[in-house]
Amino acid sequence: MSIRTAIAQINPKLGDLQANLALYEARIRQGIENRAELLLFPELSLTGYFLRDTVPNVALTIHSAEMTALKKLSRDLPFVAGLVEESADHRFFNSAVYFEDGEIRHVHRKVYLPTYGMFDEQRYFARGDRVRAFDSKFGRLALLICEDLWHPSTIYLAALDGALAVICPSSSPLRGVVDDQVQDDNARYWEMINRAYAETYSLFMLYANRCGFEDGVGFWGGSEIVDPFGQRLAKGKYYDEDFIVSELAFEAVRRKRTMSPLLRDEDMDLTINELIRIRERPAAATKVVPKLKSSRVQGFRKPKKR
Amino acid sequence: MIPIPTNTTLLREILTAFIRNEVHKTGLKRVVIGLSGGVDSALSGMLAAEALGPKNVLGILMPYKSSNPDSQEHAAQVAQECGIETLLVEITPQIDAYFAKFADADARRRGNKMARERMTILYDHSARWNALVLGTSNKTELLLGYGTLYGDMASAINPLGDLYKTQVWALAEAVGVPPAIVQKEPSADLWVGQTDEGELGFTYREVDKLLYLMVDQRYTRAELIAAGFPERFVDEVALGIMNSQFKRRLPVIAKVSQRTIDRDFRYSRDWGK
Repeated sequence: MSIRTAIAQINPKLGDLQANLALYEARIRQGIENRAELLLFPELSLTGYFLRDTVPNVALTIHSAEMTALKKLSRDLPFVAGLVEESADHRFFNSAVYFEDGEIRHVHRKVYLPTYGMFDEQRYFARGDRVRAFDSKFGRLALLICEDLWHPSTIYLAALDGALAVICPSSSPLRGVVDDQVQDDNARYWEMINRAYAETYSLFMLYANRCGFEDGVGFWGGSEIVDPFGQRLAKGKYYDEDFIVSELAFEAVRRKRTMSPLLRDEDMDLTINELIRIRERPAAATKVVPKLKSSRVQGFRKPKKR
Repeated sequence: MIPIPTNTTLLREILTAFIRNEVHKTGLKRVVIGLSGGVDSALSGMLAAEALGPKNVLGILMPYKSSNPDSQEHAAQVAQECGIETLLVEITPQIDAYFAKFADADARRRGNKMARERMTILYDHSARWNALVLGTSNKTELLLGYGTLYGDMASAINPLGDLYKTQVWALAEAVGVPPAIVQKEPSADLWVGQTDEGELGFTYREVDKLLYLMVDQRYTRAELIAAGFPERFVDEVALGIMNSQFKRRLPVIAKVSQRTIDRDFRYSRDWGK
């Protein structure tokens, strides 16, 4: 059993649903031409990323015409879309939606909304409250969006919930130009965790990142498909548009899990018991605090006149 | 001590992609840039020529009568190196006409006036030529506030604003800015004999190391001093950053409504693009 999977590494227009819907249609046609059976789009690629106050203007409900259009498009090719989802009680979610055979089969609402440094997601979005694998017609999959994967608990749950492949739509900004690397430091970090997670949990990692710039912030592209042995099956260009395709042979998951049955041996009860204990006495309650040079509260001083 | 990275291959790839993306998404194809003869505008211009094609970049030379003649020569070299057209607009008549009425103006006022005069010329030609104004301010200058507000600090997009001067030098060398320009002493050339490092009181190489640790790596005062920087230097630079914060922000708006621009009316600049 294998799925011919494609990733559309696109550069959406910020806040322009119609333009991006047209981009989706074009890439779905390209997927069909490439005999893909599953197509993945990046995080918020139907809307753009730094939406700020436009979030409510681009949000889709189950009744939106765009949602109906997306359903229709999935009759020819199942796909994962990245969009703003508005709930019945008017919360806005950064969601990844799996469309298959004209229907919505699964919605993942981003759980970990980065709100630090350059990010401001918690200001605009409501937080998802579940991590669930789901059954597609190809087998059991899981959706985790960008920052979700920086919390190892999410992929731990997805793997234990039976996912054979984890799909990660992402809008990951390039940052940290360091020496002796062909990619920025954030890209390096992602590539490291994609490979580590694929090998650790014996599953396929499907990482769909966007490209382009918004207000000077570039997105690094570099989408990739990594197999359970950590082999990269397909890789998108850095910093530019691309369209990549690869066959996911689920036999590889079986072979890897036969050789290293780590998931089989996972002791969930132990994890649950220890988590309950830690929740009751968090690490923050520790009495041993190392004394650092920077521990002293000390601002910069106004220099005395010479 | 953590050295400032200078991965010129990657910086070049990212910055040309930045220029191409940010210009094209506005529906325009072209940029205008003030070529001073210095390394910053040379680099910015060469990156733009590479990103957009030389025919889409116009370099404007705007000397004043006291400007160093080398500056104009260097600007012309840059234009030739990257194949862009240039335009010469002398600013002496309007500057002298203005200061004939304010003869007591000191060098700083005169310098700022010249920087702002050049800004108006760049924006006028950007309108004439359907182009964006390409910026040339680097991160060192922006952090220290060493620039003229609404003068050389004004632009539509700026590929160099996140590069320290040290990185500008490395990248300029890598993209082929003529060595004489990379190696000469940096000067705003607003008055005869002016040099950046003379005016600032420290060298770019010294201050870049400090800024990189203070700003990028978030070293505390105690950590910076432990890393070997003199206390006074650390404090002077920290104060300089704080006191020039106004130059890096929009003018302060008095809030009276429910939605005030940039406070709770928040949109990306690339909204709809």
